[in-house]
Amino acid sequence: MKGFFKKLGSALTKSSTKLSSGITDIVTKRKLDHDALEALEELLITSDLGLETSSHLVEQLSKKRFNKEVSDAEVKEVLSEGVNEILVKCEKPLNITANPHVIVMTGVNGVGKTTTIAKLAKKFKDEGKSVMLAAGDTFRAAAGEQLEVWAQRLGLDVYKKEAGSDAAALAFEAYAKAKEDGTDIILVDTAGRLHNKAGLMDELKKIIRVLKKHDESAPHHCLLVLDATTGQNTHAQLKAFQEMVDVNGLIITKLDGSAKGGSIVGLANEFEVPIYFLGVGEGFDDLQEFNAEAFSKALLSLV
Amino acid sequence: MFETLNDKLGSVFSKLGRKGALSEQDVTAAMREIRVALLEADVALPVVKDFVEQVREEAVGEKVLKSIKPDQQVVKIVNDKLTELLGAEKAELNLNVTPPAVILMAGLQGVGKTTTTGKLAKFLKDKQRKKVMVASLDVQRPAAQEQLKILAEQVGVENLPIVAGQQPVQIAKRAVEAARLQGFDVVILDTAGRLALNEELMNEVKDVRAATNPSETLLVTDAMMGQDAVQTAKAFHDALELTGIVLTRVDGDARGGAALSMKVVTGCPIKFSGTGEKLDALEEFHPERIAGRILGMGDVVGLVERASEAIDQDEAEKLAQKMQSGEFDMNDMLAQFKQVKKLSGMSGGLSGILGMIPGLPNMNKVKEQMKGANLDDSVITRQEAIILSMTPKERAKPALLKAKRKERVAKGSGTSVQDVNKLLKQFQQMQTMMKKMRKLGKKGMMQQMQNLMQQGGGMPQGPMGGGMPGGMPGGGLPGGFPFK
Repeated sequence: MKGFFKKLGSALTKSSTKLSSGITDIVTKRKLDHDALEALEELLITSDLGLETSSHLVEQLSKKRFNKEVSDAEVKEVLSEGVNEILVKCEKPLNITANPHVIVMTGVNGVGKTTTIAKLAKKFKDEGKSVMLAAGDTFRAAAGEQLEVWAQRLGLDVYKKEAGSDAAALAFEAYAKAKEDGTDIILVDTAGRLHNKAGLMDELKKIIRVLKKHDESAPHHCLLVLDATTGQNTHAQLKAFQEMVDVNGLIITKLDGSAKGGSIVGLANEFEVPIYFLGVGEGFDDLQEFNAEAFSKALLSLV
Repeated sequence: MFETLNDKLGSVFSKLGRKGALSEQDVTAAMREIRVALLEADVALPVVKDFVEQVREEAVGEKVLKSIKPDQQVVKIVNDKLTELLGAEKAELNLNVTPPAVILMAGLQGVGKTTTTGKLAKFLKDKQRKKVMVASLDVQRPAAQEQLKILAEQVGVENLPIVAGQQPVQIAKRAVEAARLQGFDVVILDTAGRLALNEELMNEVKDVRAATNPSETLLVTDAMMGQDAVQTAKAFHDALELTGIVLTRVDGDARGGAALSMKVVTGCPIKFSGTGEKLDALEEFHPERIAGRILGMGDVVGLVERASEAIDQDEAEKLAQKMQSGEFDMNDMLAQFKQVKKLSGMSGGLSGILGMIPGLPNMNKVKEQMKGANLDDSVITRQEAIILSMTPKERAKPALLKAKRKERVAKGSGTSVQDVNKLLKQFQQMQTMMKKMRKLGKKGMMQQMQNLMQQGGGMPQGPMGGGMPGGMPGGGLPGGFPFK
């Protein structure tokens, strides 16, 4: 647990130093007045928390401490409690419930689906499970090769067909193969697609549909990968993917950058979808289970 | 979805009534709305603050205070200012150097650098008749070099042969040398995605820049990016002295505020935007379109473009003729449904189409009405099914549809007789409307539609009851709408 705090802390501190030192600037030795509250709200906005969530959090703070002398530590504490309160509902373990257990990874282009699959595969493998990767991104040039390289490094099987083949057929066959081999978990990669493109979303629906022919409850997890650098568009993404393919979990990537991923606080407020993992680096092991308290503290630099 | 700035400012100013002059407070309220609109569009906070200050200065001027429609005046100031900031000057690539001209592509992971490299190569080859070579310096992401090689083949440009184990600076030098010896005009260097915080990788790309002296250093960025745009742009600009920005995924539904942030922070022009998955989907940047999106004021040009993409011209003309002659039957209605659906598929649903129409009065009200009337794509699908369950005779002469036939059609389409009746009623309304239009002539037709739209009355009756889709196939889309 300590390691986790440290890793996430260090990944996020780089980015949240500004938020934290900003708070210190605003509230050092002063009353929490309107100006201070407005400045705090703005700081939260710069972390992509969005206007609505930021005002909500600041309002909470104001109810508790308005016109009182406050220290910056106190403000951070109250704000991080507020964030934690929102996020804690989304903290759930990812349970493996079937055999084979099918996990489909979705998301817009460039969020890090393929890399995240490799990290997840490594995690499951370390837990002693047998894993198969299905190279369902048959669209992007060399996407299959990218997954293959990861698979080789991890010593895993990858089910792949030539570029341009039907991704749904590939997923269907991959399942059959996994079933035959007695594989525990299949991770299905899919091509990145913008959520407002109906045709591409239909293709994704088809992948889900054919998997259900094998097992009515498949895919057991349909995860949406979100990029921490993305702003308020994450809302539109989650909404669309949820409506189209019943997304039932999130993974947030690129939290090792200078973006704070604050938009997930707003998401959690609105959707209450489980957030399973956070991507905090480019290595295999840079995938952390989501912990609301740790995230909230790291966001406000309390660790 | 978001309320448009138009609506918001409208409601701020409408509270003023007819009292004439604006007070300091009124302006402050209006500025708050502008601030909110920009933040919701992901424009970075420091940029927002600066922007709002500039707008305030202009807004307190006499022109606004005394104008009859202060809200429209303010919106205009904001829109003009945004367009101006996003790029008043035309931003072309500077390739006037002794060949080969080097273009260095940089950016965070996953923004679309490699795809953009492929698109840019195609653009320069096709539009500017350049002999182009591309080279991938991405030794980080597995198969990244392979990806660019495939893209190069697809667009028909040279890819620097891959030599395993070479480091980015070595590859870059080899590429420039090969391009020089083989007489290429342009060499585009694609680099690995990197975080601005990663010093090691930032130094590496700095070294590449120093070794190749590029005439263009482009920061590729994603239109969905949030508040971090400022930090990222700044870090890349400090390290690489950028000469331009490429905005990708403009075909998504993000407001694209990051474009403004990056432009303001770096002072570099936005030179291109990526508008689709295909390799020819790279366009010169249109500041007015992004300005409109940031403000939620719609994108007429984009809508017209999509409409012309979606609508089969021949079909549209045929339909227009039929409408004029009054021989409009169920087959035509079906064709119309198909086109509306196609357009809506490209625009993120029917409400997406509406969202692109600027100045649509009471946008939110219309959207609510659409919700209330269950007016979405699935309604059209159902109505299509009803028509498809009719015989050719019935389609040509809907009057044939009496009780028994209606029952059969309802069964065939999985709907109810009521649904069939509703469709038939809509059809009648359309026919009546067309007859009226024929009498009114073209000028009167627009007036009629304007009335319909302004009442907002036509909408809830169903997709075809209102003026909107009816106006489309005539090829008269832009003119058919009541807005300038």
